[in-house]
Amino acid sequence: MAGGTEAVAHQALEMTDHLPVLQVLIPFIAAPLAVFLGVRSLAWPIACAGAIASLVCSVVLMLATLDGSFISYHLGGWAPPYGIEYRVDAANAFVLLLISATAVVVMPFTKASVDAEIPKKDHTLFYACFMLCITGLLGVVVTGDAFNVFVFLEISSLSAYVLVSQGSHRDRRALTVAYDYLLMGTIGATFFVIGIGFLYMATGTLNMADIADRIAGQGDNRTIQAAFAFILVGMGLKVAIYPLHLWLPGAYNYAPSAVTVLLAATATKAAIYVVLRFTFSVFQPEFTFDTNVLYWIIIPFALLAMFAASLIAVFQTNFKRMLAYSSIAQIGYMLLGIGFFNLSGLTATMVHLFNHSITKAALFMAVGALVLRSGSTFYDRIRGMGKSMPLTSAVVVIGGLSLIGIPGTAGFVSKWMLVQAAFELGWWWMALLIVASSLLAVIYVWRVLEVLYLGDTAEGAQHKEAPMMMAGPMWVAALACIWFGFDTSLTLEASRVAANGLLSGNAGMAPVPTTAAGGGH
Amino acid sequence: MDVAVLVFLAILFPTLASVTNMAYRNNPNLRDSVTFVCAILAFACILGILNIVGSGISEEIVLTEVFEGLDIAFRVEPLGLLFAMVASGLWGITHVYAIGYMRGNNEKNHPRFFACFSIAIAAAVGIAFSANMLTLFLFYELLTVSTYPLVAHKGNAKAVYGARVYLAVLIGTSVALLLTAVIWTYTLTGTLDFVQGGILAGKVEGRIVPILLGLYAFGIGKAALMPFHKWLPSAMVAPTPVSALLHAVAVVKAGVFTMLKVGVYIFGIELLADTGASEWLMWVAAYSIITASIVAIMHDNLKRRLAYSTVSQLGYITLGMALATKMGILGGGLHIAMHALGKITLFMCAGAIYVATRKTEISQMTGLGQTMPVTFAAFGIGALSIIGLPPLGGSWSKWALIVGAADAGQLIAIFALMLSSILNVAYLLPVVAKGAFLKSDDNPCKGVREAPLFCCLPPAITAVGCLALFFWGGMLLDFLQPVVGDGHG
Repeated sequence: MAGGTEAVAHQALEMTDHLPVLQVLIPFIAAPLAVFLGVRSLAWPIACAGAIASLVCSVVLMLATLDGSFISYHLGGWAPPYGIEYRVDAANAFVLLLISATAVVVMPFTKASVDAEIPKKDHTLFYACFMLCITGLLGVVVTGDAFNVFVFLEISSLSAYVLVSQGSHRDRRALTVAYDYLLMGTIGATFFVIGIGFLYMATGTLNMADIADRIAGQGDNRTIQAAFAFILVGMGLKVAIYPLHLWLPGAYNYAPSAVTVLLAATATKAAIYVVLRFTFSVFQPEFTFDTNVLYWIIIPFALLAMFAASLIAVFQTNFKRMLAYSSIAQIGYMLLGIGFFNLSGLTATMVHLFNHSITKAALFMAVGALVLRSGSTFYDRIRGMGKSMPLTSAVVVIGGLSLIGIPGTAGFVSKWMLVQAAFELGWWWMALLIVASSLLAVIYVWRVLEVLYLGDTAEGAQHKEAPMMMAGPMWVAALACIWFGFDTSLTLEASRVAANGLLSGNAGMAPVPTTAAGGGH
Repeated sequence: MDVAVLVFLAILFPTLASVTNMAYRNNPNLRDSVTFVCAILAFACILGILNIVGSGISEEIVLTEVFEGLDIAFRVEPLGLLFAMVASGLWGITHVYAIGYMRGNNEKNHPRFFACFSIAIAAAVGIAFSANMLTLFLFYELLTVSTYPLVAHKGNAKAVYGARVYLAVLIGTSVALLLTAVIWTYTLTGTLDFVQGGILAGKVEGRIVPILLGLYAFGIGKAALMPFHKWLPSAMVAPTPVSALLHAVAVVKAGVFTMLKVGVYIFGIELLADTGASEWLMWVAAYSIITASIVAIMHDNLKRRLAYSTVSQLGYITLGMALATKMGILGGGLHIAMHALGKITLFMCAGAIYVATRKTEISQMTGLGQTMPVTFAAFGIGALSIIGLPPLGGSWSKWALIVGAADAGQLIAIFALMLSSILNVAYLLPVVAKGAFLKSDDNPCKGVREAPLFCCLPPAITAVGCLALFFWGGMLLDFLQPVVGDGHG
């Protein structure tokens, strides 16, 4: 730190070196900052600044890992496996980007909908919880330490329970669903931590890469098998794999609109990421067990979700609930990609993670705007809103088409990859099942479109377009749905690199990290 | 100008018309005039393309790569150029007609109607110029989605139900079967480009060929091959200009056009002829032709009868592809243009009768010919062209198809075509005969006058077009030659 210029250069280098931790730290600091400053009008700007800063981090991380390399960061300078390692490769950089970009895009929407749905005195705490939730999700994704995953998972879940319960200002039932969510989420977390415990028992380490090294070739070890089962079921609850989904429709339905958008677009995606990471980087089924485990466990549940949840969605009369069931069905597609266990399949999962996230963000924001004007999400209350809210309804059309997977939308790209993966395996019947389930999507999407455009105008609704603060973000998401239906250079490329990384299994402990990291509180 | 620019403009002008319709929602005259100008300009662009490319094949115009080795791209070739000319050429005429019809009938929601209409045309032109199956599929689905609001236009229970059937069949077949076929083809060959001689030759064999062909043939729901034809009669709840341009020309022709493209450029007629994979399809098409004709006879509602007639006539084109001979393909291609002009005339006449008299059933139309001579004359000419009598355009395509069937040695196909001609006579001519020559007892002519000029001029123009096409038939046949290679069938 002697020479001035040298110091600057050194510090600049340090900033980029610390990106993995800054990614998590920035929103983590934004949360208490908003509370302790005590100025209500500053809470939203602080949250915004935090979200934007973490987006910048994730963009840089994505660019750094697109070549297939990974960044290993040693928290507090303690080298793994003793210290906590943050490890960023294309797979989690992609999910980090997804989470932080969603957070930024929904921020203006959040302000408008929070102003409308939540009493003023709770605003500061709401934004604090919001940022904590984002912190947890980012943390889950960035960390390379199994126990750390659990810690961040709980940070995000606990704040999510609080956020969902905030819906009680509009409908008291939000409290019971938040309680449901709390119970199920805690059971899930408990299972997960039991699984981690077994792993620790078997290997004596918590670093994921280290675990992977130690359990390779020990597939017949009962402890490890039990660990896998506990982790899969525990995360299955968080992901809302059908039939472990019971908390999801209620939580999505009664949560404040902004919270539904956040949870739908990011929370389940982070959980899917954990499933991917543990399945492929930690347990590595092709070395540890038979790949048949995936075929026989994951694929049937994926198909069940695709058909059962879609079928339930068809019969809903509440827009938000319908979308919730559709989310469960779409999670089935992502699981199916995992179950295929080939490059195209995993690419489909990764790309659908992204595409479904922007699609659902657009749709849930549109729902939020409809709630603002009509006061309800039931079909008979939003009838004929297509005429009075053309911008919002157009977003529903675009999002709906993307959900079905009509070409020219993001959803088409994912469906294409998934069907292609099925054909590459020679499973033509699976290809037919995939397209058949998307026919169910046609039905549930079209029911809403008929309600919006062809119904007589409902009584008692305000016939005004949504405010710009809502319409703007939802259009950004809707245009993204179209954009990523044509330009797949980011999404497919990143997904392919990520899938390649995941399929190549454990990258091993990193004696010489690609980026010199460490040091420095 | 560059071909690429012209192709973009040909798609852009209809899109622009859609935007202006929404933008000037409160100024009907300005809105309709701008749309008409766009129609003229779009047609001019396509004539410009014709001028540059002729019956050749242009360079590929790539927009963006979506999947590995799969682009959104355009390429001009004769079959597509013909379809684009038909669709956009008839758009201007139909637009004039639609103005008269929509105003004369006091229909609601004009901006939405014309906006969706224009998007549908843009989609049809996009289909025509697609360089590969992915691009074609994109515009194919856009066409379905953009025409759905037109079918549901009236918003009453019947329209909503009709639109549901429409959507269910078209989206259902395309998403479930066509998409599967497309991705399957892609995994087999690594490409979806439309290539002379087909891309599947040498990549598939045995039983897969007919199965894949089946996925395509039934997946292309717009071709209305039985049993996936129900959407077409259902779509008749739409206002008549929609039935005329979209459900006699753009949408259905997009279907059979895709069918021909798949036959010629994906499978290749040699592969189909060598493996005999399309023989079953010929039987299905023949069945579709005959059955739909018989059903048409039984319908008293004029638009429904015409719809079943369309189902039957679309079978001709599928049959032409299934024959897998050069003349069969050419006849099919020719029939796209010939049937388009004939059928649009019939539909526009049906709409004109409705505007003037509010009559929809054939049995009520007795004696109307005396007061509506222009409409009935046009109907007569259109009907004769559909039947395939000289000196009208329809005779060329039917002749080419029969030659194609003879080349393939398929007597059954020839028989189906002949029988269908007789059935055409049976369901089309009585309409004219009753209207023009019979006198009704309850004198329906009281207070009836010819339809407004905007409604009866366009069918008169297309009727003259049917006549003109007879004299241009040989030229069109030469124009299409490069599609099947240079030699004569």
